[in-house]
Amino acid sequence: MSNAPRITLPAWIDIGVIPVVNILMALVAAGAVILIIGEDPIQAVQVMIQGAVGYDEGIGYTLYYTTNFIFTGLAVSMAFHAGLFNIGGEGQAYFGGLGIGLAVLALDGGAPGFLIVPIAIAAGALFGAGWAFIPAYLQAYRGSHIVITTIMFNFIAAALMVYLLAGVMRESGNMSPETREFASVSFLPFMHEVFAWFGVTITRTPLNLSILWALLCCVFVYVFIWRTRWGYALRTVGQSERAAVYAGISPPRIVLMAMCLSGALAGFVGVNELLGVQHRLLLNFSAGYGFTGIAVALMGRNHPVGIVLASLLFGLLYQGGAELAFEMPTITKEMVVALQGLVILFSGALAYMSRPWVERLYLMARGGAERRAA
Amino acid sequence: MDDTFLLVVRTLDATLRVATPLIFCAMAGLYSERSGIVDIGLEGKMLAGAFAAATVAALTGSAWLALGAAVLISMSLALLHGFACITHRGDHVVSGVAINILVAGLTIVLGNAWFRQGGQTPSLPADARFMSMDFPGAEAMSEIPLIGQIYAELISGHNLLVYAGLAAVPLTAWVVYKTRFGLRLRAVGENPAAVDTAGISVVWLRYRAVMICGVLTGLAGTYLAIAQNAGFSRDMTAGQGYIALAALIFGKWRPWLAFGACLIFGLLDAVSIRMQGVELPGIGEVPVQAIQALPYVLTVVLLAGFIGKAVAPKAIGQPYVKER
Amino acid sequence: MVETAIELRSISKSFGPVQANREVSLTVAKGSIHGIIGENGAGKSTLMSILYGFYEADSGEILVRGAPVEIRNSHDAIEAGIGMVHQHFMLIDPFTVLENVMLGAESGPLLSESTRAARTELERLEREYGLYVPLDETVGDLPVGQQQRVEILKALYRGAEILILDEPTGVLTPQETDQLFEILKALKAQGVTVILITHKLREIMAITDQVSIMRGGEMVAHRDTAATNREELAELMVGRKVRLDLDKTPVAPKDAVLSADHLSYSDAKGIQRLADINFTVHAGEIVGIAGVSGNGQSELLEVLAGILPPSAGSVSLGPITATPENPGDPEQRRLNGIAHVPEDRHRLGLIGKFSAEETAILGYHNNPGYLSGPLIDRAAVRADCEKMMRDYDVRPPDPMLQSSKFSGGNQQKLILAREMEKNPDILLVGQPTRGVDIGAIEFIHQQIVAMRDAGSAVLLVSVELDEVMSLSDRIIVMCGGRIIGEVPAEEADARMLGLMMTGIPRDQARNADAGAQVDA
Repeated sequence: MSNAPRITLPAWIDIGVIPVVNILMALVAAGAVILIIGEDPIQAVQVMIQGAVGYDEGIGYTLYYTTNFIFTGLAVSMAFHAGLFNIGGEGQAYFGGLGIGLAVLALDGGAPGFLIVPIAIAAGALFGAGWAFIPAYLQAYRGSHIVITTIMFNFIAAALMVYLLAGVMRESGNMSPETREFASVSFLPFMHEVFAWFGVTITRTPLNLSILWALLCCVFVYVFIWRTRWGYALRTVGQSERAAVYAGISPPRIVLMAMCLSGALAGFVGVNELLGVQHRLLLNFSAGYGFTGIAVALMGRNHPVGIVLASLLFGLLYQGGAELAFEMPTITKEMVVALQGLVILFSGALAYMSRPWVERLYLMARGGAERRAA
Repeated sequence: MDDTFLLVVRTLDATLRVATPLIFCAMAGLYSERSGIVDIGLEGKMLAGAFAAATVAALTGSAWLALGAAVLISMSLALLHGFACITHRGDHVVSGVAINILVAGLTIVLGNAWFRQGGQTPSLPADARFMSMDFPGAEAMSEIPLIGQIYAELISGHNLLVYAGLAAVPLTAWVVYKTRFGLRLRAVGENPAAVDTAGISVVWLRYRAVMICGVLTGLAGTYLAIAQNAGFSRDMTAGQGYIALAALIFGKWRPWLAFGACLIFGLLDAVSIRMQGVELPGIGEVPVQAIQALPYVLTVVLLAGFIGKAVAPKAIGQPYVKER
Repeated sequence: MVETAIELRSISKSFGPVQANREVSLTVAKGSIHGIIGENGAGKSTLMSILYGFYEADSGEILVRGAPVEIRNSHDAIEAGIGMVHQHFMLIDPFTVLENVMLGAESGPLLSESTRAARTELERLEREYGLYVPLDETVGDLPVGQQQRVEILKALYRGAEILILDEPTGVLTPQETDQLFEILKALKAQGVTVILITHKLREIMAITDQVSIMRGGEMVAHRDTAATNREELAELMVGRKVRLDLDKTPVAPKDAVLSADHLSYSDAKGIQRLADINFTVHAGEIVGIAGVSGNGQSELLEVLAGILPPSAGSVSLGPITATPENPGDPEQRRLNGIAHVPEDRHRLGLIGKFSAEETAILGYHNNPGYLSGPLIDRAAVRADCEKMMRDYDVRPPDPMLQSSKFSGGNQQKLILAREMEKNPDILLVGQPTRGVDIGAIEFIHQQIVAMRDAGSAVLLVSVELDEVMSLSDRIIVMCGGRIIGEVPAEEADARMLGLMMTGIPRDQARNADAGAQVDA
């Protein structure tokens, strides 16, 4: 019954097989739900795969969603490494978007694009970090629990954005709660535009340069966490606060640093969504991406490579799910939300459930091989 | 003067109505957390209960069957949480978040598949709901100032579940402090090893605690879907599970204090509804969103320890590992 | 024929690759006090945990009063009349004594009747065994000795006829220990069988009728206490002749390195843990701090190391002075020549999930030698870790292996290497050999002495009096957060230090010594 590994399995089983088994369990459970509502799960999977990667446009959309998940997945994992569970990615992404919107709206009257875009990205990071800073401060210096505080901050951010977008920031004459469109100098180029510069024609999709920024962030997170002394300090705090104090590391400061970086990464969702696609600040643009980040981080085992893979899977599910809702109207796109919950359950809370079975299978297989060899 | 009094009574009356799901959930969380199991999934269990109640009420027309279904579903989720946290020693917060997200998606998927109203359930007729009950003589009493008005407006005229919620508080206090089960419950949240060596099964004790938690969140969901409202709508819990958790923490994991916190949050909510569109002298009209965000802001302020300090059960959130 | 209370036949238990008990057999006579002695890690606690149903044996048989029983959990053990006082008390701190005793043995579903019944029965037990404890007091507020009595009462209340005590004296003063032994004698007189697990020879000789010796997970010998002596037991425990004395050159102290001046410390709850501490440690000497665990030694180490801030007075180290206004931090202390081997290796000294090389830079991750720009220079770290592993014989010498996968002794050697390799002006070292195998103990002791001979100052905290006495040049005795006195190593003897550890000043301790021996 013990969770502690009783025997040492080869690394490829721990890193490769068990996570895949866990995800398969989540998929099977989701399949059961589809059966319950009287649809064919196999057909659903076919529709999803076809919709996500079966044609150019689908692939573009899949990668566009992937970009968001990389940002929020990295955000959650950054905090995880410091031993913090940041459930506030949602609010931080939202707030980061506010920063981006404010920066662009203030500057796009005259400033050139090469200035506006970096400033807007910085503003997104700053606002995302700022929204994470308060819960981090309260955890570090006032002892309130970061999980609860970040949840509350999601609600507060949502109320604040409704207030701003329905009121002060709304474009006069526009009925929907959104700002005016940004000037086109601030737009991040779409990938089909980028490819066109080199004379390659690809299908028009929302996929834009942000995906490169997301991949850069992956590299940054990897180097920061595993190669720098700050990352070392951060991981030390995540493992043991007492040991960190012994080592001369200040846990409260690390909590602030980790949460601010986490919030900044979440804030980059706005880069993809606002600078890349929507070109205005609008309500609910961050819809659910923050929560998906939890599933992505857990599934990717908090490692950038794993996070990219998990983001791809969720990108595929999002795009495929949208297609699915269109092709099979009984299945709404919230099916993907349910699946996220299942992934968090099986890859997170029940991560060790499959280990004894895998262990037994492995031993049987090895025993069989040894017998054959003898 | 009379009008003001009536306004106060009516606001308190509204407080009771909005506080009821909070009270159920806070008591639910109390059992779970006192046993050492963090329950961030109150929200999800309540939402699932609400959906189950609305669905069964819509299909059978029976409020009582609906209640049974809600309790059953919420309890299954509580058992799932227990399975993850107790049997498999998973992270309590992760498990709770998983349940919340799962339920948020699943209720809409199932609701849409079964009723085709974009995730809502059909509007329920009165006899498929728990309706408010007038106490004998309430109408006659309402003419009498003060006491009569209190009787008619505040005490009488609620549905059964409001009274059940009120009863849950003394009942919980009694169970936790006056019974053998309560003694063991409090012990296992402090030091599970001591409970184990005293010859009591930690696992079974904690499972019982999460099952009670499931029952109470089921009642909360039932109240939302078929007593306070006439059907299920997507995300209808709107964070009340988290607010209840905050009330529990603010109430230092004690039944009466947690009840008090629920009433404060409920009052805030009730007042906010009355404040909409009201011009305050010197401030002007307070934005609706500010009032809506107030409970969350207040929770943050409270939890930051600016008002008292809450000490959690010592073993909370830690899996109990017997063999090393 | 003597009646047997308990018989264990060929008990084996392993945790993963570690065989904690191998084919262990044991017979305990009814109404006797039976000692089980062995070093840390010899498998004593595991064996008793199996008997109490906390662990399940992989194989073997348990007989209680001649009949085979199956003990799958503590409930079965209680049913079989077995009670246990654990090394770490199994008490609920916010509960009263009465509630603690009642827990799991309530007489009905409602507390009121249970409370009444328990009170009557407990008052009877208290009278019968002279085990007085205030029943309505909160357990967390009681002194340790009283908490232990609550544990004994718990067992008796459940009708235990066989009582197991696991290292019961580790947290007690010598005087509390004597009181405990009186209680055990009273229990024996009433026909209770007592099993006493310890690693202290003195206790075995003082109270037991029989003694069984364990080593490396196996039962190596049984003796009648009257027919054996300390030397034989020590040899059986360790498996060879022990050498308690180290080869040490005479002390040659030089300049003062570290001093505490009217140093006090109060914890977060406002309880004073250190009061008016004054001492100086010089280069080239080892100063030992003796005391019963929990008398301020841990706090003293942590205040000196900069982990805790002083609440009054100061610590001087080279150019820096730590005061309540300016407490400094562990990094500042390290930069000024302190190295610190913490008491709690697992929670402070290393990170179980980190690789050995990452553990090898804990506390030194900002050293320029380990960095290139903002990045950690992995090659430098690897090379340094390999050197530490060579110099301190850390096995296996694999810098990439997870820290938690090394044995206790090898973990400790790695930590010592990390701290000593920096050639500190002063080494603070707490419980250097706790949970360390005997081979490593000698090595560690030699390294500490070598460090002194090379001109560093050493401040040693240990609850093992033998260790303090054999390593130190000067011994400071602490009790209740105060320094009771100081004794040069050559004048120290265990009896006098023991009395000083209870708070009796040195001159009185010397006088009281003769009298105390008569009392005992």
